[in-house]
Amino acid sequence: MSWSEFPSMSKSELRGLRKSIDQGFREFAAEYGESLEKFFDPLLSFLIFSERLLLSTPWPLMIAICASIAFVGSRSWKIVIGVVVAFLVIGYLGMWADTMRTLSIITVCTAVAVAIGIPIGILMAKSDRTQTVVSPVLDVMQTMPSFVYLIPVVMLLGIGKVAGMLAVIVYALPPIVRLTNLGIREVDSDVIEAADAYGTNSWQKLTKVQLPLALPAIFAGVNQTIMLSLSMVVIASMIGVKGLGQPVLKAIQNQYFAIGLLNGFAIVALAIIFDRVSQRYGMRIQRHRQGKSDV
Amino acid sequence: MSESNVKIHINNLTKIFGASPSSMLPLVEQGIGKGKLLEEHDHVLALDRVNMQLNAHSIEVIMGLSGSGKSTLVRHINRLIAPTSGSVLVDGEDVCAMSDKTLRDFRQRKTAMVFQNFALLPHRTVIDNIAFGLEVRGVGRTQLNEKSYFWLDKVGLAGLDRHYPAQLSGGMQQRVGLARALACDADILMMDEAFSALDPLIRSDMQDILLELQKDLRKTIVFITHDLDEALKIGDRIAILNQGRLVQQGSTEDILLRPADGYVRRFVADVNRTGVLRARSIMALKWQQEKAQNNAVVVQEDDTLRKVLHMMLKADSFNAVVTDEAGKAVGHIDADMVAQAVNY
Repeated sequence: MSWSEFPSMSKSELRGLRKSIDQGFREFAAEYGESLEKFFDPLLSFLIFSERLLLSTPWPLMIAICASIAFVGSRSWKIVIGVVVAFLVIGYLGMWADTMRTLSIITVCTAVAVAIGIPIGILMAKSDRTQTVVSPVLDVMQTMPSFVYLIPVVMLLGIGKVAGMLAVIVYALPPIVRLTNLGIREVDSDVIEAADAYGTNSWQKLTKVQLPLALPAIFAGVNQTIMLSLSMVVIASMIGVKGLGQPVLKAIQNQYFAIGLLNGFAIVALAIIFDRVSQRYGMRIQRHRQGKSDV
Repeated sequence: MSESNVKIHINNLTKIFGASPSSMLPLVEQGIGKGKLLEEHDHVLALDRVNMQLNAHSIEVIMGLSGSGKSTLVRHINRLIAPTSGSVLVDGEDVCAMSDKTLRDFRQRKTAMVFQNFALLPHRTVIDNIAFGLEVRGVGRTQLNEKSYFWLDKVGLAGLDRHYPAQLSGGMQQRVGLARALACDADILMMDEAFSALDPLIRSDMQDILLELQKDLRKTIVFITHDLDEALKIGDRIAILNQGRLVQQGSTEDILLRPADGYVRRFVADVNRTGVLRARSIMALKWQQEKAQNNAVVVQEDDTLRKVLHMMLKADSFNAVVTDEAGKAVGHIDADMVAQAVNY
């Protein structure tokens, strides 16, 4: 035996190990796959509903809605004009429907990630033990190559929207959890002491002091979650999620440079819109910290 | 001082910070002292068997240098810090024995606190900061508004209700902190170095505001400071802590004229006494006719030495007759006595 060769399991043993894991999971999938699918049925119908809603809304109305959301969020005409121009160009280049599909799944994914992530973040901030347990899980979620967990997800739920959405959420959830936790933990201890001195219970302390003061951090988390979901659309398209990702995937397989480029730019445009609007909004809600007089 | 006038009893209070505080208690009982406990056992003795009574309706100053344990002591009154041993009784009720719910109730109703770094809520406007204590207690909207605006006016911030703390100067922020505390209508007001972060002129203003308000409020104010001049100006009584031990508690005159030990003596050595000591506390009780004839000026019992000196110099006299409120002569002061009191 030489030192250059690692003493590994024998080939047959290794094959046996892999076989038994695969076998076990296949049995699990056969047993529970259907009930899991049932469990996610409401989510699926919600996904379909939101996609149909966006697709059936007349495009001028859709642009007007997006523009007004951008205005309410950012209070900046520059950003509003940017939004309108971006959507007009996307539509003119024939990517309207795909953009709406992507917009729909991103919105739902972000909403679900926020709804799950913020409570987990709060629990983490409240207890060090929860933090030690959850942190490594978040590390795995962020660094595990998404193809790895796509396999079991597809085995359990089949190809489609729900599987794609789960893949996106697994990848996009960690920042909102981490930043909620961090935001709450970094609230000034003097202020927490004052809240205690005035006799707040833990719910009052959370809602009146900790969450409002953690809001800028939480908002940065939401922003990151949106960005990460967008970056997952191409991978999600591999398991049947329609939208801007599919043409990109097709372009990779067939070397259609122009299609890839155009759809890629549409994704970038969406990302920039989301980012600028949410960042401006985040800056506006922490205006009070800078002592500006025009409130 | 009658027993019924005592608002807060602090009994044999010891606080040790470190890995195993209770195991250090026997050593503390033997009087090991702060320095040795830290050096040999790696525990910090913040409070060393402190016994103290704080009277209702008066300003009780707790003074000491940093590390003397004064801020730790005040936090025991509303149990922001729990003692290692000993007890704190407020109106006869043991604060350390309270359940969480009772303690929250106690903090909402009985005590209010003003902090050195203001500790305002930066995301709330001035008026919402003032209302915070009332809101936590669940006071209704109309009463809450009425009270908050009343105190906003009282501390001289009328018109700034919609501003955020970051838009105000330090002095103004602390007025908000004071209004927040007073709005709670609690018997006990705890002020932890409340004015120490302010510059001298603003600090003096805030002291005047507090004294003015206290004339009507007559609350039990526990005032923490490291500044002797501040202590002498506003305190009815002063307690001096050193290394976690209570060194002396008494009136301002007790502290200045009868310091308990060398530490207090050094502490008060540099203070300007003429503005603090009053004619009453240094006069000779015996009424000496022959001195009075010698071109004496007439002063009141309550006049400060500064005023007595000023009058003596103006009249080119070395003697003063001290009278009570009715104008009856009760004692006399001569120049030697003033000189002795000033250069203690």
